[in-house]
Amino acid sequence: MIEIKGLTKRFGKKPVVEDVSVTIEPGTITSFIGPNGAGKSTLLSMVSRLLEADTGEVLLDQGNVKKWKSSEFAKRVSILKQSNYLNVRLTVRELIAFGRYPYSKGRLTAEDEKFVDQALVYMNLTEMQDKLLDELSGGQKQRAFIAMVIAQDTDYVLLDEPLNNLDMKHSVQIMKILRKLVDELGKTVVIVLHDINFASVYSDRIVALKDGKLVKNGPTHEIINSDALREIYDMDIPIQEQNGCRICVYFNSHA
Amino acid sequence: MKLWMLIIATIVLSFVSLFIGAIDIKVSDLLDWHSDETQIFLISRVPRLMAIILAGAGMSIAGLIMQSLSRNKFVSPTTAGTLDAAKLGILISMLFLTNVTYTQQIIFSFVFALAGTFVFMQILDRIKFKDVIFVPLIGIMYGNILSSITTFFAYEADLLQNISSWLMGSFTLVIAGRYELLYVSVPAVILAYIYANKFTVAGMGEDFAKNLGLSYKLVLNIGLILVAIISTTVVLTVGVIPFLGLIVPNIVSLYLGDNLRKTIPHTAVLGIVFLLICDIIGRIVIHPYEIPVNVTVAVIGSAIFLIMLFRGRAYAKK
Repeated sequence: MIEIKGLTKRFGKKPVVEDVSVTIEPGTITSFIGPNGAGKSTLLSMVSRLLEADTGEVLLDQGNVKKWKSSEFAKRVSILKQSNYLNVRLTVRELIAFGRYPYSKGRLTAEDEKFVDQALVYMNLTEMQDKLLDELSGGQKQRAFIAMVIAQDTDYVLLDEPLNNLDMKHSVQIMKILRKLVDELGKTVVIVLHDINFASVYSDRIVALKDGKLVKNGPTHEIINSDALREIYDMDIPIQEQNGCRICVYFNSHA
Repeated sequence: MKLWMLIIATIVLSFVSLFIGAIDIKVSDLLDWHSDETQIFLISRVPRLMAIILAGAGMSIAGLIMQSLSRNKFVSPTTAGTLDAAKLGILISMLFLTNVTYTQQIIFSFVFALAGTFVFMQILDRIKFKDVIFVPLIGIMYGNILSSITTFFAYEADLLQNISSWLMGSFTLVIAGRYELLYVSVPAVILAYIYANKFTVAGMGEDFAKNLGLSYKLVLNIGLILVAIISTTVVLTVGVIPFLGLIVPNIVSLYLGDNLRKTIPHTAVLGIVFLLICDIIGRIVIHPYEIPVNVTVAVIGSAIFLIMLFRGRAYAKK
């Protein structure tokens, strides 16, 4: 279990995240939503130790994440930031194999190879495993990075806007895979999302931030309603039910 | 390109290198241990070949490490101030220590090369506009600033001729007893190979490296130390060889990708082949005189670099 307790981060004098406390339930998809500059990515970075908090703490299995050994932490929690800028020429297989780095330090054992093969199959990348990353489309590349995280085999998978720059088809593909990771492999996924409807349709729980503060935290159905959304986004957003999915129709709302 | 092809090329070129020069040496001359030819062979030709091999492999790998850690294809010891800082270090040692010893020179130039590269990496960390061309331009400007400081104080202290002799990368003066420092780069190159996976991971960015549990700062610093060791040994024995650390790793990256465990052996051997060819050409064109190797490297290297710039900009940007 990951517990976030009273986390605050300031850049200069301005607090970007202010006194946020959230518990991440294991075996769920938790979406971080909120307007631009709400501090979603900063919060995710602090949970994954990429960024140090000014005050407050993050506990993984009751132990402060700062106290975890880097190599052990990397076997429990993985984070994928936006990776579009990556200009390294590796093959898909090489990239995924680096997911095993916390275990093997680069010298792959037979077991590591098995994890790599499984990740390739899982993400449907087996056929293009020898292609270089810079030959792939945006969606394929994103799948390759998620495959790497699968090979890393952590209980917690943290993703910072994984749908950025992806078209509808690939976005749906990625979200379905994340759902499978939780339902089939028992992982816990925490994801920063911009599109509220993806959060509504695919996540179990939603954490809403605004100006660095926690405004809502609860099961998806409690957050996706006009009242709660008004509080988060300052917009009147009608909700429509469609095959059991709640869709936020915000395109012509009064802002 | 296969590694064995490069190795065969190295062996063939090594033989050529051993048997060309002002004095004609035949294999049969070497059978007589006391002949002048054998002496020349052992005192001049073999050390020269070893120096080329060590410098060629070393500078190429130093470039490769820098490109990986700076995440920019056009960063190398010559485009990041490393060599200029090393030269400044040598000058400072001559200015402030009377009767400076060789060891003191080595230490000064190593410390300056390390600090100079470190400062460049800090600059790189702070600038927001990380264009593939813009970053090395900053590095070159930074190197020129260091270099003009060196020139100014060398001029004041009447050491200008000394300085320009280090500028000139050349194997002409390499004889037994004057190049052995280069062997210090051997453990550095071996360490680079041992750290290959870590450099590759670090080359994917700090966040990426931390996600995999790698101590990014430590790996970065080890990389910079290796680069400084290699650069120092080469500058002090051979001088500045431009372009080598720039074009060789890029050529290898083009056909083999960026997984350092795979590319380090190719980079080392291709660096040797390239430097051997440049040195041999320099020794043939005005035989029995020689053109310094930095001239031939600069001519051939800049041509290859221009081709890479025009045709490879798309590749470097991806």
